[in-house]
Amino acid sequence: MALPKAKEDALAARLAALPAVEGKGWLAAARSEALARLSAMGLPGRRDEYWRYTDPASLNAPEAPVARRFDASDEAAPFDGIDRVRLVFVDGVFDAAASDDPALAGVTIERLAEAGRRDIHWAQGLYGVLEARGQTPVARPFAALNTGFASDGVLIHVTGRAAKPVSLVYVHEAETSDAILHHCVKLDPGAELTLLENGPAAARFSKVLEVEVAEGARFHHIRLQGRDHERRAVTHIFARLGAGAEFRSFTLTANGRLTRNEAVVELAGAEARAHVAGAAVGDGDFHHDDTVFITHAAEACESRQVFKKVLMNGAVGVFQGKILVKPGAQKTDGYQISQSLLLDEDSQFLAKPELEIYADDVKCSHGSTSGAIDETALFYLQSRGVPRRTAQALLVLAFLAEAIDEVADETIAEDIRARLERWLARHGSRG
Amino acid sequence: MLEIKNLHVKLEEEDKVILRGVDLKIGPGEVHAIMGPNGSGKSTLSYVLSGRDGYEVTEGSATLDGQELLEMEPEERAAAGLFLAFQYPVEIPGVGNMTFLRTAVNAQRKARGEEELSAGDFLKIVREKAKTLKIDAEMLKRPVNVGFSGGEKKRNEILQMAMLEPRMCILDETDSGLDVDAMKLVSDGVNALRDGKRSFLVITHYQRLLDHIKPDVVHIMAGGRIVRTGGPDLALEVEQNGYADILNEVG
Ligand SMILES: Nc1ncnc2c1ncn2[C@@H]1O[C@H](COP(=O)(O)OP(=O)(O)O)[C@@H](O)[C@H]1O
Ligand SMILES: [Mg+2]
Repeated sequence: MALPKAKEDALAARLAALPAVEGKGWLAAARSEALARLSAMGLPGRRDEYWRYTDPASLNAPEAPVARRFDASDEAAPFDGIDRVRLVFVDGVFDAAASDDPALAGVTIERLAEAGRRDIHWAQGLYGVLEARGQTPVARPFAALNTGFASDGVLIHVTGRAAKPVSLVYVHEAETSDAILHHCVKLDPGAELTLLENGPAAARFSKVLEVEVAEGARFHHIRLQGRDHERRAVTHIFARLGAGAEFRSFTLTANGRLTRNEAVVELAGAEARAHVAGAAVGDGDFHHDDTVFITHAAEACESRQVFKKVLMNGAVGVFQGKILVKPGAQKTDGYQISQSLLLDEDSQFLAKPELEIYADDVKCSHGSTSGAIDETALFYLQSRGVPRRTAQALLVLAFLAEAIDEVADETIAEDIRARLERWLARHGSRG
Repeated sequence: MLEIKNLHVKLEEEDKVILRGVDLKIGPGEVHAIMGPNGSGKSTLSYVLSGRDGYEVTEGSATLDGQELLEMEPEERAAAGLFLAFQYPVEIPGVGNMTFLRTAVNAQRKARGEEELSAGDFLKIVREKAKTLKIDAEMLKRPVNVGFSGGEKKRNEILQMAMLEPRMCILDETDSGLDVDAMKLVSDGVNALRDGKRSFLVITHYQRLLDHIKPDVVHIMAGGRIVRTGGPDLALEVEQNGYADILNEVG
């Protein structure tokens, strides 16, 4: 089906501004297929069902809007004390000198830019494959664009239990940097890996992460999106889980003019578990969108979506979350909660929680709320001598607790709480 | 200690007057009781003294050791030594009772320019005080008042009071919803804090609490005023005859 003229022009302009990507063999094939997908769907517009709450204009624009980098050196870099394999990208360009030697027992790590030059590679079975599967029933044009034009990324094959996490560090330098990274992680049966990501990455950042978690394998993902106020990001996680596999992903977002984080998870083997969680705090010019789609395609799987947002001074939060239970996916246990704490009347939360169930023996619950801080609790704390600001921070952290509890590593969870406390102290709302 | 003069209070959002000229003076070490029918303004008085939003003071003053309370933030009043045991203690999901207590104790110490308690010292003191109030370790770990029974909530209020060591304690119907044993525990907890300097304002419906916590002075409040003041016998009189006689007498 042909695209409307306006959509066609917008896509042509966007594509014309993209730098040419090199690559032959398998990667070139995957890219051209992605381009075909993108050409068929076009770039998103406000009238598309999953873009009603978030304006894609700045992501559609041929040039990345200017975003100054933010100096976050007043606090230690995330994951500082953790023994990990660090791989650094500056404005989307791999920085070998700043990175660790990617040697890790049970894990092979390669750069997409290098692996893509080969004729055949294991990543052929993953790169763009989960992304393509994730295009139905909901189109995700920016993911296809990413597959077609990613300049680099990492390909991680995990055959055993990784002794330490792999840590991707994204540095934002240039005011108009426009980074496109695409990572693939393949975990063999029983393998385990923790992937850490942090940093604002670029003025505009597009990232796709495809993860294949085989039977009994475990993948933990913790992401801190940096403190830049002006950056924009559109990210996708596509995951597919085998029997008994575990997938856990947590994202902390503080600041950022625009963030669209999509997670598309398919529970394909029995008794697989997927937890996707996020805590977002925004003050002022902040728009944060979590769009999640979880498919239960096998029996006795568990999924949890826990998303909490704290919004002030006109910040906007969006949650679009769906649980699809396919025929035959009996004994599904699905849970979804999305809540916002609005610290003033200027901020808003838009939520679209959805359940679609085609099996009868299923336990699914979902809830979405937005509300102000509990003034009675605030007064109770103050009456015990706790200053209003401290009391407010305590209540805000209590509100976020359920999301942060999804971080399995207690040291990291504690660090995240401390970061949020400092953020709240800096942004402490009026009153 | 506490001196309330001609206090007039209305609701901020409505033209509803609740307190119509309350006068009350409590000296150091004294225990005063306020009794009175439902809706007479007792809780409102306690909230206005501790600084809750929603009320407007149209006239009068309230001072603690000469300091005007009504101009302070609630936390400043607490740091100055005022404590209110709530009629309806508030549940705070997600905030552990222990964290709550430690945050409160240390915030007050900080406000007074004292050093914060170390985690170890704090734990020792809490455990000791909790034990006398029969508050177990589990209750200390749970979120503040969440899932507590009525009696547990009231004991938790007294634990906070014991930890914060205020100079002026207001107890708003701390006896309501308590059985005989719990009443004894709570009263013992209060009496243990009587040291000849600390003052108490005990708001209650019933004489029975005053059998345990012996007041020096008893006030009867009605229609937003203190309509009678007397000795402990006044409580007995109310117990026997109800408020009707007194109210008729006042008109
Ligand atoms: N926030 C409020 N909103 C509406 N009415 C109130 C409020 N606070 C108190 N009142 C009213 O003021 C009167 C006194 O209430 P209260 O102080 O709770 O009395 P008491 O504690 O003596 O039973 C009652 O009529 C009550 O309904
Ligand atoms: Mg009352």
